[in-house]
Amino acid sequence: MSGDDILLRARGLTKRFGDFVAVDGVDFEVRKGECFGFLGPNGAGKSSTMRMVGCVSPVSGGELRLFDLDPATDGPAIRARLGSCPQRDTLDEELTVEENLWVYGRYFGLSRKEVRARAAELLDFAQLTERAGDKVEPLSGGMKRRLTIARSLINSPEILLLDEPTTGLDPQARHVLWDRLFRLKRSGVTLVLTTHYMDEAEQLCDRLVVMDHGRIVAEGSPRELIEQHSTREVLELRFDVDDHGRHAEQVSGIGQRVEVLPDRLLVYAHDGDRASADVHARGVQPLSSLVRRSTLEDVFLTLTGRTLVD
Amino acid sequence: MTVQQERTVRGPRAPLSAAERVLAVFGYHLTVYSRTWRGSIVTRVLSPVLFMLSMGIGLGALVDARAGGIDGRPYLQFVVPGIVATQTMWVAWSESSYQVLGYIKWNMGYHAQLATPLRVRDVLAGHFLAITGHLVVATSLFMAVAALFGGFGSWSAVACLPVAVLTGLAFVTPIFAFTATQEGDNGFNILYRWIITPLMLFSGTFFPVDQLPVWMQPVAWVTPLWHGVEACRTVASGWPSGGGILALLGHLLVLAAYAVAGALLAERTFTRRLAS
Repeated sequence: MSGDDILLRARGLTKRFGDFVAVDGVDFEVRKGECFGFLGPNGAGKSSTMRMVGCVSPVSGGELRLFDLDPATDGPAIRARLGSCPQRDTLDEELTVEENLWVYGRYFGLSRKEVRARAAELLDFAQLTERAGDKVEPLSGGMKRRLTIARSLINSPEILLLDEPTTGLDPQARHVLWDRLFRLKRSGVTLVLTTHYMDEAEQLCDRLVVMDHGRIVAEGSPRELIEQHSTREVLELRFDVDDHGRHAEQVSGIGQRVEVLPDRLLVYAHDGDRASADVHARGVQPLSSLVRRSTLEDVFLTLTGRTLVD
Repeated sequence: MTVQQERTVRGPRAPLSAAERVLAVFGYHLTVYSRTWRGSIVTRVLSPVLFMLSMGIGLGALVDARAGGIDGRPYLQFVVPGIVATQTMWVAWSESSYQVLGYIKWNMGYHAQLATPLRVRDVLAGHFLAITGHLVVATSLFMAVAALFGGFGSWSAVACLPVAVLTGLAFVTPIFAFTATQEGDNGFNILYRWIITPLMLFSGTFFPVDQLPVWMQPVAWVTPLWHGVEACRTVASGWPSGGGILALLGHLLVLAAYAVAGALLAERTFTRRLAS
């Protein structure tokens, strides 16, 4: 890996608000062309990290470099090369879809002519061409999100930052958005995103870091993380009781580890079917049992003892 | 042309000049205004008409009949320059309070702008420029209606326009600075009830300040509105000479000081609010 390929580098990156440490000395590197993710629950420090990376929030400690430039001295020059898609849509609802793009392109110094040509391309990409002249306000959540992403691409950024890109969207809108993000990645745009959805991280990210309480607790590709921190399969057992902890005793020793959740037991095992057979052999009668593959949710649970979305 | 071409491809591009950045922000506000001006224009024309009817025909007739006007002029020509200055305070209020908090909190327009190469000061300067445009439009309309009702006695009154716009800016920038520290309605209610309304009543708009108790007069002197009212009244009653010029310059200087100090303060409060 040559140093030229690293677009973004953080060393001991820290963000403090008064006494509160939101980001507590994190290290990471993002390479050209990859999709890099921050996975963690709300309050893990993902958005604070993102705001520092987006050069809108000053670094409290440590070192941050984008394109080998320092945000403290070259913020505007860096932002000129970034696209930023915030957690909440910050569109102008009184303006039309295309006006939102035209106005935004001018902030990057694009001429009127360039901005119009680029906006037409991006509306096509965001599947919004038919709504170009409509006001933004009545658009669906998925359309607004796609417009926000189109707007963040107006300056042909080298890195696109996406803070919780699909939070609040329905499943169909999420899939449309994921498809657009795949296309962007294939066209060579480096993606950096935060999410608390493990399926989103698994779908999109080449590499990711798991964050909790402002720190990075694990790093790798989704597959590596699952291999390192979880078993191949998981047996989920549900019982007709309020407290699943009572049944944990009965299945202990089966598989490698048992995790108690409020509504089910998770038995981590390399062979889920065999674990299921062992459970039944002990005479334990769950309401339902389900064998599935391990996910990043399991990785997070193993590392932190908590679930991603509560 | 080559520089422009480079901007659409990936990689470093030529940085924008300060003027380009401010004009880009101004262009945004102009686009919004082009969508919303119809709603505001009716108010802008109607409000001076109402003022002329009540002050000129109502109160003015009474003052002129009982006291023979003020300093030998009809009351209408006394009060109109004062109202021209005062209405800029209302424009400043409406453009700099809830509207600005909206950009900070609700539609987060400032956040969107600050994710681009724009800096806090560009965003502010562009917005100030746009509000200056509002002040020019509102004041021109107000003055045109007032002139039709005979509210001005001299052609020198055209100078009320720049003086009144400066008066408005002396309110715009400090209110911006204040707004960036607010979360909701409370602060705005206090500001409106305890500052904006008393200023309107006691800054010499409707009667000369020397009618006030002696202890209240110095209070009027430090408020920007009194300086705006006095300056407008001075230029409306003929081109000043001698000591009059000096007094006028003094008023303008105070107004400019308020505008500049407000802008510097706003840059600090906005940076703390939006880029911390």
